[in-house]
Amino acid sequence: MAPQGDVVLEVRDLVKHFPLTQGVVVKRQVGAIKAVDGVNFELRRGETLGIVGESGCGKSTLAKLLMALERPTSGSVKINGQDMSKLRGKELKAMRRNIQMVMQDPYTSLNPRMTVGDIIGEPYEIHSEVAPKGDRRKKVQELLEVVGLDPDHINRYPHQFSGGQRQRIGIARGLALRPDIIVCDEPVSALDVSIQAQVINLLERLQNEFNLSYIFIAHDLSVVRHISDRVAVMYLGKIVELGRDNEIYDGPTHPYTQALLSAVPVPNPEERDSRERIVLAGDPPSPANPPSGCRFRTRCWKAQDICAEEEPLLQIRPGSAHPSACHFAEAHDVVHAAG
Amino acid sequence: MTEMISTQSRPAGEAGRNYSGSLLEVDNLLVEFHTRQGVAKAVNGVTYSVDAGETLAVLGESGSGKSVTAQTIMGILDMPPGRITGGEIRFRGVDLLKLPEAERRKIRGAGISMIFQDALSALNPVFPVGWQIGEMFRVHRGTSRAEAKKKAIELMDKVRIPAAKQRVNDYPHQFSGGMRQRIMIAMAIALDPEILIADEPTTALDVTVQAQIMELLAELQRESNMGLILITHDLGVVADVADKIAVMYGGRIVEHASVHELYANPAHPYAKGLLESIPRVDQKGQELYAIKGTPPNLLRMPSGCAFHPRCPYRRDNCVTDVPPLYEVDGSRRSACHYWREVLDGTAG
Repeated sequence: MAPQGDVVLEVRDLVKHFPLTQGVVVKRQVGAIKAVDGVNFELRRGETLGIVGESGCGKSTLAKLLMALERPTSGSVKINGQDMSKLRGKELKAMRRNIQMVMQDPYTSLNPRMTVGDIIGEPYEIHSEVAPKGDRRKKVQELLEVVGLDPDHINRYPHQFSGGQRQRIGIARGLALRPDIIVCDEPVSALDVSIQAQVINLLERLQNEFNLSYIFIAHDLSVVRHISDRVAVMYLGKIVELGRDNEIYDGPTHPYTQALLSAVPVPNPEERDSRERIVLAGDPPSPANPPSGCRFRTRCWKAQDICAEEEPLLQIRPGSAHPSACHFAEAHDVVHAAG
Repeated sequence: MTEMISTQSRPAGEAGRNYSGSLLEVDNLLVEFHTRQGVAKAVNGVTYSVDAGETLAVLGESGSGKSVTAQTIMGILDMPPGRITGGEIRFRGVDLLKLPEAERRKIRGAGISMIFQDALSALNPVFPVGWQIGEMFRVHRGTSRAEAKKKAIELMDKVRIPAAKQRVNDYPHQFSGGMRQRIMIAMAIALDPEILIADEPTTALDVTVQAQIMELLAELQRESNMGLILITHDLGVVADVADKIAVMYGGRIVEHASVHELYANPAHPYAKGLLESIPRVDQKGQELYAIKGTPPNLLRMPSGCAFHPRCPYRRDNCVTDVPPLYEVDGSRRSACHYWREVLDGTAG
């Protein structure tokens, strides 16, 4: 199932710290929010990597770093072998063509004063070499057709469309430059439930048609599982577990992944009493002052002394084929556990 | 402290103490909104009931009328533009819509209370949380400030806010999202209500926090035998906690069933479509079932059955005749002319 294409995106030791300053006139740095703190992964052509985690775990900062909207504190983001974080000016602008984004909220991410044609055509204004001026209208109409909208609606404004249709417009804009990679940041969570399946089907069809690679960030774990080839679980700026979808869902080894999966309500009332539930105590610690050693130890039921002293690395652990950042990693199927 | 409250008189219960029907009954409720573009029938003949200790889930998409119904029960609907044009809301047999505002105030909070989706905007940012929780006692019971504060701390303990004594003077922004939702729950249960309406209580929260909050609600419900109306669009949450479900679409209830019946075998094409569009493990790599089309615009409702433009079971009479809520069996209802075929699974 996992595509064996060439690597289009390679992320190495990616770190983003936002400085915390004190003082009005003379600003002193008193600390840092460690939003992304050493993330490694790669993405192949035609593959989908799902990223799950709770708010504050750094998923959206990671998306911004991939898009080169934020500069990393250290580490590299290589797209087709070229390091985005080292590029400047014209070269950076050219590289941006290869990675595009679909935003979460189709109500705020489309300019209400622009027509659909202008919105989808705007990438061509910026990267004019992709489509010569006379061609643009035709190209935009093609894109509308590709995402399942009526090409005759090119002169309409965003408010004339429903939420699902607006998200299709956002997807068409992301496709305009024929990128290799599309970063989808919660692309369906703002949509009505009966519309979500339509948009997911569209994303999958486009992936097959254009051989796209997706970074799919979401908190709905069933949607992530459906669309992803591999899944990365993030906690406080780090990936704690990474594996193929069935490895993560059927045999999670990290306690946080197990807790996360067990917390997701299953839409089957018959399993209500047979399901295992791990309810975590408390809230995630602040990323400005993460716990020593393993960051999850403050909420973990397996924590021992070693967890406070030594940080567990994301590596293959005995008894499991995929990497996990836990000293006591142990596969445990929480979703299908009975009694 | 529960004892202390429950031994006090319950003004809410006075009128209909010996009423034998359900605790709360919404009966054929009609609510309209008058806008410049026309009249939107947001709630178009909704009927449901809740008993003590029971959990009713109201499931629907945005614009289906689920929140407007709840606001009308609470008496917090903005009027205008809203207008109640018909129906009754009976609490212990007394029609709330006919009560004078002074009487309704006594029921609000003490008889029926509500928690909202976004705790940060529902709480007042310029008062400490303890003051806001204590307000329930000061306003409704005339408790002294010191006493109210003591009770606020007890309630914060009850909803398991750590170090309640130290945090009682903190402001809402100093709490995390999950803790804020706990504070709202503390306010809502302060006067030991008989009905709690939870309007998307966990939509803004992370799944692990959602699990904590749902567990807390279930526990409070067991302790005090509250009736719970859970308004949500999350099919997973419903399956976890509900006893019965009312599925709403376009201002109407389209299916009413026990949770086990609905998930095992839905009797309305909309409910069936929702359940089928949930990604399942064995469907990996296949196209998901998707309900085609978009939810209706309340200003331009389709004729006949509101779901007919999206329905795979549609026949000619669906376009012209509004389906009544047919009795399927027992308390089960479906607003589909062809509910038998939907149950059998033979697509029209």
